[in-house]
Amino acid sequence: MNIIVCVKRVPETSEAEITIDKSGKDIHTEDLVFDINEWDNYAVEEAVRIREKEGGTITVVTLGSQESQDTLRRALAMGADGAIHLNDPSFLGGDPYATAQALQAALKGKLFDLLLTGVQAGDDGYAQTGPILAELLNIPHATMVTKVDIDGKKARIHRELEGGLEEVCEIELPALLTIQTGINEPRYVSIMGIRKAKQKEIREVLIKDLGLSPEQVSAAGSLTELKELFLPPTCKVAEIFKGSPDDVSIKVIDILKEKGGL
Amino acid sequence: MNFDLTNEQRDIKKAARDFAVGEFTDVAREYDLNETFPEEIIKKAKELGLVGLFIPEEYGGPGFGYLEQAMVLEEFWRVDPGIGQQLCTISFGVEELLLYGTEEQKKKFLPPIFEGNTIFGFAITEPDAGSDTAAASTTAVKDGNDYVINGSKVMISNGTKGTHMLVYCLTNPEEKSKTGRHSIILLETNRKGYEADRMEGKMGIRCSDTASIYFTDVRVPQENLIGKEGNGFIQLMNFFDRSRAYVAGHAVGLAQGALDMAIKHVKERKQFGQPLGAFQVTQFKIAEMATKVETARNMVYKAAWLLDQGRPDTKLTAMAKLYACHVAVEMVDESLQLHGGYGYFNDQDIERFYRAAKVLEIYEGTKEVEKIIIGREILGNLK
Repeated sequence: MNIIVCVKRVPETSEAEITIDKSGKDIHTEDLVFDINEWDNYAVEEAVRIREKEGGTITVVTLGSQESQDTLRRALAMGADGAIHLNDPSFLGGDPYATAQALQAALKGKLFDLLLTGVQAGDDGYAQTGPILAELLNIPHATMVTKVDIDGKKARIHRELEGGLEEVCEIELPALLTIQTGINEPRYVSIMGIRKAKQKEIREVLIKDLGLSPEQVSAAGSLTELKELFLPPTCKVAEIFKGSPDDVSIKVIDILKEKGGL
Repeated sequence: MNFDLTNEQRDIKKAARDFAVGEFTDVAREYDLNETFPEEIIKKAKELGLVGLFIPEEYGGPGFGYLEQAMVLEEFWRVDPGIGQQLCTISFGVEELLLYGTEEQKKKFLPPIFEGNTIFGFAITEPDAGSDTAAASTTAVKDGNDYVINGSKVMISNGTKGTHMLVYCLTNPEEKSKTGRHSIILLETNRKGYEADRMEGKMGIRCSDTASIYFTDVRVPQENLIGKEGNGFIQLMNFFDRSRAYVAGHAVGLAQGALDMAIKHVKERKQFGQPLGAFQVTQFKIAEMATKVETARNMVYKAAWLLDQGRPDTKLTAMAKLYACHVAVEMVDESLQLHGGYGYFNDQDIERFYRAAKVLEIYEGTKEVEKIIIGREILGNLK
C-alpha cells in the first residue's frame, strides 16, 4: 500500500488576533505560530496507521515556502518515509486549481494506492484542492472521510454528512480521500522520530522540473481571484436573558432546537 | 558564531511543547493541588524519548545533549513546573554513570529508563548536610563483597517512586581532605533496609515525588560503586556542572510561562477604558520582563552548548543557574502583580507558577552557593 499525503503549513489562528495587511488580501503573519494544517495532521496519522497494517510507503508532499520543510519534517518524524517539496516562489499565490495543477504535475506517473489530503486548510478554508487534484489525476475521490478500511483493491470508507449522518461507501483504489478531523488521535512527534527524519530525503522540485509554465501556476494559473479580505463586522445582536436559571435554560434550549443545534 | 538552533533542535522544542500542552494543561492544577504523581505522563514521555535527552543511543537514550535536555525541560516548565520537575528527575543522576560508570554498568542500568520502569534518583542532601555536601554522614562500610549502607537522606526526588537511587555516602572518613571521603553507590530501592517516606506539603512543584530516605544495613554489591572510592565529592561537583545547566532551563521555562500569562492578561484586561497593555507603564514592564527572559535563555543555552562541546564551564553554568532562577522568581512576582487580585486565586496558573518558582533558588545549588562558585572562579582562593 503506497500512500501519498498532501500537507500544508498554516498559521495557528484559533486564539490569535487576526489583522488584515496593507494589500487587503492577506493577514499579518509575523506574530503567528505556524504548524501543520490540523486536518492534514489527521491525514498523516491515518496514513501511518494504514501502513502499520498494510505495509508499504508514505510520501508527504507540500507546496509552499522554504519554511514548509518544518511541516514535512514533522510528517517524516511521525513516520512518513519520504517527502517532496514544491519549493519554487513561482508556485506561490495560486488558488486551489493552480495548486492542484502543480501537485498533479508532481505526482503524475507516481504509483500509489491512496492519496490523502485534509478536508480543508485552516487558513483559506477552500476545501477544494483535494477534489480538483483527484479530477486532474482522473481517480475517484471521497470527501469528509471519518473511517478507512482497506480491503484489497478497494477501500470501505465512512463519510460525514450534514446533521450527524454518516454514509458508508466503497471506493476503488487508487483513490483520493479528504480526511476529517477526529478520524483518529494523531500521535505526538517522538525524539526518535525526529532523529530518524534526519536520515530521510526531502526532494525539492522546481517549476522547470515539472514541465509547467509560469502561466499554469500561481495567480496566473488560477481560476479564481481573491479580491478582498475583511474581518466579520461586530454586530450587536446578543440577547441577554433574564430570569431564574431554570427559565433561562428552557429558553436557550428552545433556541438551540429552533436553529438545529440539538 | 551562529545562534541559530538546528532544525532538529527546533523540532525537539516543538515536540516537547506539543506534548506538554496536550498532556499537562488539563491536569496540572489538580495534580498540584492533590500532590498526584503523574504516572501516565511519565510513561508517555519515556516512550516518546522526552526524558534523559543526553543519554546516548547506544544505551537506549535519545542521543542528544544537555542543550536539548534544557530545551525540552524549558518547554515542560513553561506549561507546568511540577510535571516538568518530575520528568526531569526520571534520569536524575545518570550523569554519574555516563561520566564514571563502567561499560557494564551503563549497559545494565540505562536502557530500562526507556524500555522499562526504571526511575532514577540521586540522594545527596542530609538533615545536617545541605549546601555543605562534604558533611554527609550516611556511611557505606565494606563487608565481604558488599557495601553496607546506614544513615538517612532528606528532600530526595523520587525517594518513594524511584527504582534506582544513587547514594552519596561516606566511605573514607579517615581521609584528611574533605574532598576525598565520599563515594557514589548505586542501589536498587527494593533492597532490604531501604525505607522512604514521602514528604508532603511542598509549596510548589507538588506533584513531584520528594522523600526522606532511611538506610538500615542496606547491602549493595561493591560492583555498584560508581567511579572511584573516595572520589565522590569531585564526581558530585562534575554532576552539578551538568545538571545545573538544564535545571537553569527549568527557570527559563517557568519565567517564559509567567511572561506568556502576563502578556495574555494585559491584552485582555481592561481598566480605565483601555487594555492594561495600552498603558506605557505596562509596556515598559513587559519589555523589561521579556528582555530578562531572553537574557537568561541565552546564558543557559550557551552553558549547555559548551557542555555538549565537551567544555564544561563551571563559572558560566553557575551564572546561568543564578541568573535564570533569579529571573524566574522575579517574573512570577511581576506577572502576578499584573494579574492583580485574580492572580491570587488558584484557578489562575500564575498562582501555581508563583509557588513553584522559589525552589529554583534553593535546590541544585542555592543562589548563595552559585555566588561562592562564581566568586571563587573569578578571584581564586584569596587568603
